[in-house]
Amino acid sequence: MPGLEDLYREIILDHYRNPRNRGELSAPPATRVEGFNPLCGDEIVLYLDIEGDVVKDIRIGGQGCSISQSSASMMSSAVKGRTVAEVRALSRAFKGMMSIHEQSLDGDGAAEDGEADGAVGGNGEAEVKLGDLEALRGVVKFPVRIKCATLSWNTLLQGLDEAS
Amino acid sequence: MALNETPLSRAATPSGGLDVARIRKDFPILDRVVRGQRLVYLDSANTSQKPRSVLDAIERYYEQSNANVHRGTYLIAEEATAAFEGARAKVAGFVGAGSPREVVFAKNATEALNLVAKAWGRANLRAGDPVVITELEHHANIVPWHQLVAELGIELRWIPVGPDGHLDLTDLDRLVDGARVVSFAAMSNVLGTLNPIERLVDVAHAAGAIAVIDASQYVPHVPTAVAAWGADFAAFTGHKMCGPTGIGVLWGTEEILDATPPFLTGGEMILNVTKEGFTPNELPWKFEAGTPPIAEAVGLGAAVDYLSGLGMEAVREHEVGLTGYALRSLTERFGGDLQIHGPSEPAQRGGVLSFTYRDLHPHDLTQVLDQHGVCVRAGHHCAKPLMRELGVAATARASLYVYNDEADVDALGDAIAAASDFFGF
Repeated sequence: MPGLEDLYREIILDHYRNPRNRGELSAPPATRVEGFNPLCGDEIVLYLDIEGDVVKDIRIGGQGCSISQSSASMMSSAVKGRTVAEVRALSRAFKGMMSIHEQSLDGDGAAEDGEADGAVGGNGEAEVKLGDLEALRGVVKFPVRIKCATLSWNTLLQGLDEAS
Repeated sequence: MALNETPLSRAATPSGGLDVARIRKDFPILDRVVRGQRLVYLDSANTSQKPRSVLDAIERYYEQSNANVHRGTYLIAEEATAAFEGARAKVAGFVGAGSPREVVFAKNATEALNLVAKAWGRANLRAGDPVVITELEHHANIVPWHQLVAELGIELRWIPVGPDGHLDLTDLDRLVDGARVVSFAAMSNVLGTLNPIERLVDVAHAAGAIAVIDASQYVPHVPTAVAAWGADFAAFTGHKMCGPTGIGVLWGTEEILDATPPFLTGGEMILNVTKEGFTPNELPWKFEAGTPPIAEAVGLGAAVDYLSGLGMEAVREHEVGLTGYALRSLTERFGGDLQIHGPSEPAQRGGVLSFTYRDLHPHDLTQVLDQHGVCVRAGHHCAKPLMRELGVAATARASLYVYNDEADVDALGDAIAAASDFFGF
């Protein structure tokens, strides 16, 4: 039986209590995009400043549970300063990790071993390092919460599409 | 929140006329052990659990009498038709309808309310016609009207909710002036608020509007006499009242049902079909297109028998007592850390307790509750306009029914305390 500690890793609670890149950017020139989780009412507002092909700055507003808020915070740290292509690859790797089917087939994996950081994101994107984002791997054991973790990433992808 | 006028004791049993220990034995799912804990089910406003008699009735129908209704000329088809129409008569009696002709089976209350908006509304409403609803409606009594705003240009007006969880009726006369429809929940699914049904019906009729009641949270918990309300339509659903999913009810007066065109169309709902057109069937079958949910209706009939056996007066008395215990004991235990929304007086509300604990997000709170076997809903409860008025994005919601007792409320309190510890409050 998955325990709460599989879901609420210390690094997740840290990002929840001290969210990174919280705030707004003036839009335009920044791109403003909203995401909703219709299940629980969580809302995220994402501001993206893309210069050339680099995510120069990112800010996050809105409110939600610890998983959606920490995931958004960790996402913002992970993508800031990266190229759009890198961000898209990272996003694919993260969403792959959040795929319940692959996780349920390959057993309990990293979360069970307590691997917290620097691990290599699997799922066919072996070259992409997920880093701190690995801490969210345990979320797949709580299927209802997967949408909380992916909300900010789906909103990010929507923002990249709108900005281009 | 009024607190602790009465000394608390876990041995005290203010449970009205219900023998909860015996009732619990009627519900097989309550024997389940989840996550190593006894199942503490506190989500009956979402869907209720089902007693053995309902499960047996459905199984018996499929094993002994399964056939389509209203068409077979053989024995089991007659049995199926008798069971289906017998269930309609039971439901009519249970809610105090004038006759079974006033009871239309639908998929759920949402479909029933859509029938009112889409069939009656499209035929009778024009651009600029005011439709009045309240801020504490479920989305099922909001979104169909939003669609008529877009389609017909009707005007949607909102009766506000006050900080005490009751409707603020100070501006009611102006709001209903010229209204064609006044549609409201008998009981709030978020706050448990019991709304002044007769007053709102009277005000609606005085203004020349029809009165539509979303009774989904009311019928399962409070003795109901729809005809005595004097309303035009009332909707409720089977799965919140010990019945199966997939069956709901639209009650309407014969007069208004006769004046309402069919909603879904096809087989079953016609008297005659030609190349040129069709003649609708009589009430209530005019509104029941296609093969109906037969086993579900049979199950709902058994649910009505079960609740009648308990006695709805006793059910209400039990829930008032248990709601009072929950309000007192949780407030005494957590003080201001636990904010319980809605009316503070148990007699003015149902057993629906929406709450927030400090600034812990309800999703995180209920995740810990789940580890303790406590089933509580978290989210916006399909009432986002109300949540905005309350100034919260989400709440946790514990809701009580006939099989809950003080031990369940205490288990909820223990689990909230564990969540508080886990998140370091």
